[in-house]
Amino acid sequence: MIGQSPLRTFIAHAVLILGILIVAFPIYYTFVASTHTLQTILRPPLPLLPGGQLWNNYSEALFGGIGRIGGVSVGQLLLNTTVMALGVAVGKIFISILSAYAIVFFRFPLRMTFFWLIFITLMLPVEVRILPTYKVMVDLGMIDTYAGLIIPLIASATATLLFRQFFMTIPGELVEAARVDGAGPWRFFFDILLPLSRTNIAALFVILFIYGWTQYLWPLLVTNSNDMNTIVIALRKMVSFADADTEWHLVMVTAMLAIVPPILVVVLMQRWFVRGLVESEK
Amino acid sequence: MAPQLAITLVFFYWPAGQALYQSMLRQDPFGLRTKFVWFANFRKVLADPAYLNSIKVTVVFSLATAIVAMGVALLLAVMAEKAVRGKGLYRTLLIWPYAVAPAIAGMLWLFLFNPSIGSLAYLLRSLGIAWDPLLNGTHAMILLVSAAAWKQISYNFLFFVAGLQAVPKTLIEAAAMDGAGETKRFWTIVFPLLAPTTFFLLVVNTVYALFDTFGIVHAVTGGGPGKTTETLVYKVYNDGFVNLILGDSAAQSVILMAIVIALTAIQFRYVERKVHYG
Repeated sequence: MIGQSPLRTFIAHAVLILGILIVAFPIYYTFVASTHTLQTILRPPLPLLPGGQLWNNYSEALFGGIGRIGGVSVGQLLLNTTVMALGVAVGKIFISILSAYAIVFFRFPLRMTFFWLIFITLMLPVEVRILPTYKVMVDLGMIDTYAGLIIPLIASATATLLFRQFFMTIPGELVEAARVDGAGPWRFFFDILLPLSRTNIAALFVILFIYGWTQYLWPLLVTNSNDMNTIVIALRKMVSFADADTEWHLVMVTAMLAIVPPILVVVLMQRWFVRGLVESEK
Repeated sequence: MAPQLAITLVFFYWPAGQALYQSMLRQDPFGLRTKFVWFANFRKVLADPAYLNSIKVTVVFSLATAIVAMGVALLLAVMAEKAVRGKGLYRTLLIWPYAVAPAIAGMLWLFLFNPSIGSLAYLLRSLGIAWDPLLNGTHAMILLVSAAAWKQISYNFLFFVAGLQAVPKTLIEAAAMDGAGETKRFWTIVFPLLAPTTFFLLVVNTVYALFDTFGIVHAVTGGGPGKTTETLVYKVYNDGFVNLILGDSAAQSVILMAIVIALTAIQFRYVERKVHYG
């Protein structure tokens, strides 16, 4: 390693700290705002340090406040969002591990055709086909259901591709050894393939959980009743009212509630997350 | 295999087919009669000044977002490589905006820069800048780009760090022995070797700016003021769900699909090339 002068090291640290400040500031400030009274928020500039209303604001928001301005209880919102995020993550991992298994380890007619059918969907996000997909949902009666929220988001190939790549690195000897020892396809799948792909599953889970949690356009379209809103949508509805009447301190608490769970997932599972992100996209 | 195929067929190919079909239909204002018009919708959409405007808006927005997000991320990644101590801590502190929903990112920035209650807006005004993203299109655009880029920094940062670690240390040391200074080493060795990462991120960021930022646009400006921040995806939504001009919206969807497919194709050519270089 080349030595570097202390000054340069110092600059590096300074730039990094500045970067962190910029990155963290909006979230920190939201937290600060969530601990002040409405009057303080409405009279800028807001102080840089948290105020004394932490307990009051959060209890007010959690016990009825959010329900009053959003029309749904905060528990319901968090439940909806969690169900959706988990549903997308689990569902997508489930179907893609199965299809990758089929594509890699079995020979059947039209195998490559199926592969390409799935593969083409790789980069077409739901945003591109909103109107027709919406129509399909209406035809199937899936508006305002969890299934409607989750299933269309599962139809994409990223995870399948990742599993396929991983399965192809599994040596043929292993497959043959399993067969010689008398393991059928299911046994091979459960006893060998699943344990081997544990890390991949964990990494994908984090990424897909975040993906599901942060969805915006699709929940906006598919949910009409307030009871089915995700927290992101509810937050947006609260903000969109005239800003004089908006109870910003409660909105800020909601924002914190919407931000914190996915951040916790990312930070706690950082190792899997970073690996999964950098590898899955390669 | 079967489940994914079924879901893909029902929720991907069926809608895509319908989009294609719908994009060639035109309904009368009451939705009573529907006429098959071949490519007239496409001609109409492409000749529409509002659509051309939204293309321009999208290009400006995507480029600005990609450049800002990647520039900042690259700077931070290079610095993180240098700062040997505390690298892990810095990484942890830098990655979490990834977990924030784009729409929420937009709302946070709106809160900071809201002309009536935003603290940073207050700061700007006391500096003598007539800041008002609700009336001034340029300001609205700046706000959108900041929010979108802010959210994307952590993602780019991770990839640049991974890319920087792959640069062989021996090359850098050789250059240092030949007397190349730090700046020169960066531009002549590290940056060219990062090119695959940079290119990959450019595609990803463009796709991100095209689609994932719908939440930001919808939550922050709603395409306004005027139509100064109406991106393509926002227009598809607006025409289809708010104005109910189904044919136009479908035609726009099809155009968007074509754009994405083109971008994907570009990316795959690049992936293949990378495999050859090993």
